Amino acid sequence: MGIFDYAPAPESRALANLKEHYKPFINGQFVDGSGEPLKTINPATEETLAEVGTASVSDVDTAVKAARKAYTSVWSKMPGAERAKYLFRIARLIQERSRELAVLETLDNGKPIKESRDSDVPTAAAHFFYHAGWADKLGYAGYGPDPKPLGVAGQVIPWNFPLLMLAWKIAPALATGNTVVLKPAETTPLTALVFAEICQQAELPPGVVNILPGAGDIGASLVAHPDVDKIAFTGSTEVGKLIQRTVAGTRKKLTLELGGKAANIVFDDAPLDQAVEGIVNGIFFNQGHVCCAGSRLLVQESVAGEVLEKLRYRVSTLRVGDPLDKNTDLGAINSAEQLAKIRGLVESGDAEGAQRWTSPCPVPDRGFFFAPTVFSEVHQSMRIAREEIFGPVLSVLTFRTPDEAVAKANNTPYGLSAGIWSEKGSRILWTANQLRAGVVWANTFNRFDPAAPFGGYQESGFGREGGRTGLEGYLDV
Amino acid sequence: MSDRISVAKTYKLYLGGKFPRSESGRVYPVTDAKGAFLANAAHASRKDLRDAVSAARKAFPGWSSATAYNRGQVLYRVAEVMEGRRAQFATEVAACEGIAAKKAESIVDAAIDRWVWYAGWTDKIASVLGAANPVAGPYFSFTVPEPTGVVGVLAPQSSSLLGLVTVLAPVLASGSTAVLVSSAERPLPAITLSEVLATSDVPAGTANILTGHAAELGPWLASHADVNALDPTGATPADRVTLAQEAAGTVKRVLSVPDTEPDWTAEPDLSRLRRYLEAKTVWHPLGV
Repeated sequence: MGIFDYAPAPESRALANLKEHYKPFINGQFVDGSGEPLKTINPATEETLAEVGTASVSDVDTAVKAARKAYTSVWSKMPGAERAKYLFRIARLIQERSRELAVLETLDNGKPIKESRDSDVPTAAAHFFYHAGWADKLGYAGYGPDPKPLGVAGQVIPWNFPLLMLAWKIAPALATGNTVVLKPAETTPLTALVFAEICQQAELPPGVVNILPGAGDIGASLVAHPDVDKIAFTGSTEVGKLIQRTVAGTRKKLTLELGGKAANIVFDDAPLDQAVEGIVNGIFFNQGHVCCAGSRLLVQESVAGEVLEKLRYRVSTLRVGDPLDKNTDLGAINSAEQLAKIRGLVESGDAEGAQRWTSPCPVPDRGFFFAPTVFSEVHQSMRIAREEIFGPVLSVLTFRTPDEAVAKANNTPYGLSAGIWSEKGSRILWTANQLRAGVVWANTFNRFDPAAPFGGYQESGFGREGGRTGLEGYLDV
Repeated sequence: MSDRISVAKTYKLYLGGKFPRSESGRVYPVTDAKGAFLANAAHASRKDLRDAVSAARKAFPGWSSATAYNRGQVLYRVAEVMEGRRAQFATEVAACEGIAAKKAESIVDAAIDRWVWYAGWTDKIASVLGAANPVAGPYFSFTVPEPTGVVGVLAPQSSSLLGLVTVLAPVLASGSTAVLVSSAERPLPAITLSEVLATSDVPAGTANILTGHAAELGPWLASHADVNALDPTGATPADRVTLAQEAAGTVKRVLSVPDTEPDWTAEPDLSRLRRYLEAKTVWHPLGV
């Protein structure tokens, strides 16, 4: 070890209070699901963390019935001010158990502890705190004097931000007076089940929140259940389309937060060192498992060489390894399946003639890891410029004029997010105006806040989460 | 003195600011509520529909980036020009819908007033639906509503003018552009409205009006990859299910509509406008 190397600084695994068995949460109780139990693994070591009971189709029905009963007999009758207090309690309990949740999230998901600790868990608490305040103020939200909830919300969330996506879904649903049946992702069910414990500790009335671990078939059966009034889904565009098709023609209200292929545009007048930090954050945050990741870097031709050089140097300093180590920048890829997908797309980049550069950083032998990768000389027709890779792989394209940058940025069926780097205010605002994307970060990237609406244009989905706008998806308006 | 022979009009499509016949050469007879022949209407084809979507897409950058003040004035101009044609609209509505002249006049008045209502919205939408977001960090974050793009509209089958205006005006007020299929059996007020649009400074291609059958054209509109949103009002409830399924293929925003036509005289709420708007959130750091 050299004098300036980092010493290992692992967070204690014991903080996660890992149990051998976890169970579905229905009607306020942990119950034996009648589905086939699954083993959830630590993607950084490939070791089994715990056995998790899963729901069967009949459990879905039981959970929906419990949610319906809780809706009609308790939750929809409760004054907003009282609902609010439950949400505040939940926010506080998440804060109190934040270390445990962060370590557990990192174990189950593979993300670096610094991200679960500083981003996922505090933002999850913030979502409950923010929405708690809305519960008794819905009449001021701009949807009429007394907007009504929809009823039972069926929610299906992805594995990239397990607890945070749960918070994005459950907090607005409860604040507006709906009850919830939520299916966490197959590979990351653990923090959702600790959240269920938090619901018990908060003495949330039974049935208001139900958590059903399981695979895609359980999500599909929840989406298709006739007594569900609202479906909220975050995940791939492919599955989103199937869900929209299933829900078509029913009374169910639908919001979808789907894939993206965000352009991150660097103009020649950008502060390049800051831009490089933003580019790195944009694509390598959470191993690139981010639907709004800045996966297409568009650099103005005159600074492309300089940006690439700075970028490669900066990326080569990123530390890939033990997610529990506080100095780790990139943790593990969430699953073998996802790793295979990333590898496949990277091979297509090679085959289609892009120039691959891979960080020379050491990568652990065990577990699912992928070294940060930057492709240059990428053309718009290549798969790595069109398809969502959902991994630590950046595609670099160039442009000459602002018009060309905008045309290339908008040349996608997606439209979730985008980035702009420039020191010129008028150019930033012009570009932000032209981009067909739901979130535009200028001279920053990957900022999230419960007060700021988030969601996509076009095939990145519809509906928003966060802010006053986000309430609409859970109200009968 | 003998009665003058009136000049009969050939009713055509309104597409890209022009009035072409259907490329298919097809027409179909339009009768009044008692079955008497009124006119031959152009029977729009799939190709006409695709041309209309191209025209609407081409018009989108201009219309969506026009100032809200300008869009408001254009929509108000539509009301002004309609006002000058009240008698013609009333005659057509009375004939198509089989209602008394007085009733038809009140419907025309309500339709004109609806343009005025939406004209006034264009420059309020962003203040009412947008926000400055109080985020927990040193950032200026704001959210603005933006038009969703090209909207496919199957206009109501019964309400030939007031229903038509009530479904079209919010699309244009939002800054989106429209491809609209009129009522099949009652298309004449729609054609006359297109003549009003053509002379009201509505840019070519911003609103495209096709006469024809929702059952025939709806599926093409629902599956078209360059259409962003769909209002299936004019389809049958059974067809709406398949249209919504088709629309899922490109994640279209599909308006939720009641099984039967609502009371179009009621003052609208913001639900149609909201469906055609996307919220865009922009962030920038604060610092010195």
